[in-house]
Amino acid sequence: MKAGLQKADPHGVLTGTHFMDGDHACCEGALAAGCRCAAGYPITPSTEVVERFASRVPMVGGTFIQMEDELAASITLQGMVWAGAKAFTVTSGPGFSLMMEHIGYAAMTETPCVFVDVQRGGPSTGLPTLPAQADMMQARWGSHGDYEIIALCPNSPQECFDLTIKAFNLAEEYRVPVMFMMDECVGHMSEKVVIPPADQIEVVARKHTHKSVEDYLPYATNGDQVPEMAHAGEGYNFHVTGLTHDERGYPNMTLPTQDKLVRRLQSKILDAVDRISMFEEEQLEGADVVVVSYGITSRVAQRAIEAARKKGLRVGKLRLITAWPFPDKKIREIAANIKAFVVPELNLGQMVREVERAAHGQAKTFAVSHAGGGVHNPEDILKVIVEASQCQTV
Amino acid sequence: MSDSLMPDEMIPDLVTDILNPVEPFLRSDRMPHIWCPGCGIGTTVNSFARALIESKIDLGSLALVSGIGCTGRVAGYVKLDSFHTTHGRAIPFATGLKLANPKLNVVVYSGDGDLSAIGGNHLIHAARRNIDLKVICVNNLIYAMTGGQTAPTTPDHSTTSTNPYGVFEPSFNLPHLVDAAGAVYVARWTTFHVRQLTRSINEAFHKKGFSFIEVISPCPTLYQRRNKLGDGLDAMKYYKEKSKIRHGAPTGEVGMTMTGEIIVGKFVDRERPDYQTMMRGQYQESLGERFVEQTEMVCS
Repeated sequence: MKAGLQKADPHGVLTGTHFMDGDHACCEGALAAGCRCAAGYPITPSTEVVERFASRVPMVGGTFIQMEDELAASITLQGMVWAGAKAFTVTSGPGFSLMMEHIGYAAMTETPCVFVDVQRGGPSTGLPTLPAQADMMQARWGSHGDYEIIALCPNSPQECFDLTIKAFNLAEEYRVPVMFMMDECVGHMSEKVVIPPADQIEVVARKHTHKSVEDYLPYATNGDQVPEMAHAGEGYNFHVTGLTHDERGYPNMTLPTQDKLVRRLQSKILDAVDRISMFEEEQLEGADVVVVSYGITSRVAQRAIEAARKKGLRVGKLRLITAWPFPDKKIREIAANIKAFVVPELNLGQMVREVERAAHGQAKTFAVSHAGGGVHNPEDILKVIVEASQCQTV
Repeated sequence: MSDSLMPDEMIPDLVTDILNPVEPFLRSDRMPHIWCPGCGIGTTVNSFARALIESKIDLGSLALVSGIGCTGRVAGYVKLDSFHTTHGRAIPFATGLKLANPKLNVVVYSGDGDLSAIGGNHLIHAARRNIDLKVICVNNLIYAMTGGQTAPTTPDHSTTSTNPYGVFEPSFNLPHLVDAAGAVYVARWTTFHVRQLTRSINEAFHKKGFSFIEVISPCPTLYQRRNKLGDGLDAMKYYKEKSKIRHGAPTGEVGMTMTGEIIVGKFVDRERPDYQTMMRGQYQESLGERFVEQTEMVCS
């Protein structure tokens, strides 16, 4: 087994075949991943995740606290992490906006944690009970300054379970906040969810230091760009700050320290894109058009793709399971061999810009935008696939 | 100071001759600190370190959390597990530490603006929940790090960079606020009262629940100067002359003015179960044997 990899603690694993919604499956994924602490604030359509956590966690040895707002929830969970726990928080658009500062703090202090965003229509209070995928850019760029995060997009309750475990594992492996980008549809739809036995679930342990107190430098790296962590109460007397800091963790506001730190926060993720990226792909070989989608929209797009194939069109599918870091290389490789990408999403054009950027003029890019509040009519996606397949090769 | 208290040759060499008893608690590799001459924050740290000695508290179990501002820098100077968090959020971060590892002794050390303005919501809710935190609030009556803007604690009629014609909004009486919200221990001292402050911090360490100690502290650079209140030494004279110790004073009567009396003392010392005791009790009552005690959280 790879270093740092463990089997799940059976106490948190509800092994069996269930019929449950995505929000509940996400909670079960967190428990299976070893998460025993959460801080939250109620917001539709995400609250069921922490409601279930609040009911389950006292029976597996852990704690949930409902904080006074999302600012508090998003930093309380980081206190939990520095005390040694795996922790997460759960929210939706307006709350996600309030959490941005602490996503930056987690990125800067390299606090492994998970932020779940069950996306709803925006801007502002928008459509509290209806779906959207319009927080994708916010997840990537919402906090100030340069940093990288990881974002995953489940498209079913089963994936809400499986990928929540993955989100915790990635958070620990790279010491980075991971955004779990659900949407109201995926959160509220009920489907079969199979939870395997604990010994079939792999979880990544905290990258905890084995160094002595004298030798430990909180932000020194050992070749893999990810420093080792210590926890409060272990005698390391370490310092953590959101200020630009050196390897000792001490504030050091000089240009070389800033340059070294911020570039490492970026490169520890970007250098690992190939290992982090997950896709589902279908018939890319020989395709004229490739539909790039994620989350609930990928399931609507599937119908359009199949209808297009029935018309004799050569259509491939690329579903982004990892939205961030964006798989530039993958898109570039596909772009070299196709006429066009079609990108349906429940926003007015967010990830489509990334596809267009990565395609770098090798293939055309067609957006199928939607203001949110429902899902696409597959016919609308089909029309654009037909249009795209008729376009001239660039 | 104009007249030296002792001849130069009698002044010991502090580096070689005397080991300051608080030195082991400080990160000497981070000195000199950033605080201005006459600032009171260093004095409070001295009292805090002496309280650590006197209380014999296990330093390995002690974590200190600061927010942002001049006092927020305390976390960077103490040789403890220390967290310099975001503006206003020291209390919720500290709440997370305490909840995930109840064995930790968690101190929040921050300023008046950080704790009562941007962090005001967390302050009252942590007091309401009675989270077992020791909050040391250094109140210099102003936003100092950013250049002397009005704080919720700035006294009426004083002048600040954002109220250049005088402050007209009423200020917070912090002991009254946290008392009303449910804190189990509330005290106020000034940086003149170093021994009393040490004693209060020591008492708070032995008190389970939300403790709040306000320390009135001079900001000669911004508050004193702009309000023609002299330097750090003048502040000490003011604190000495105008402070009145009134233990148990009703907190509603301890509000401050710019040059008036400062009521100091231990105002509140009461018993009330803390958050985690209440939580465990509730789970035990509702879940019986299905309740699983939170054990080792460390996920390594």
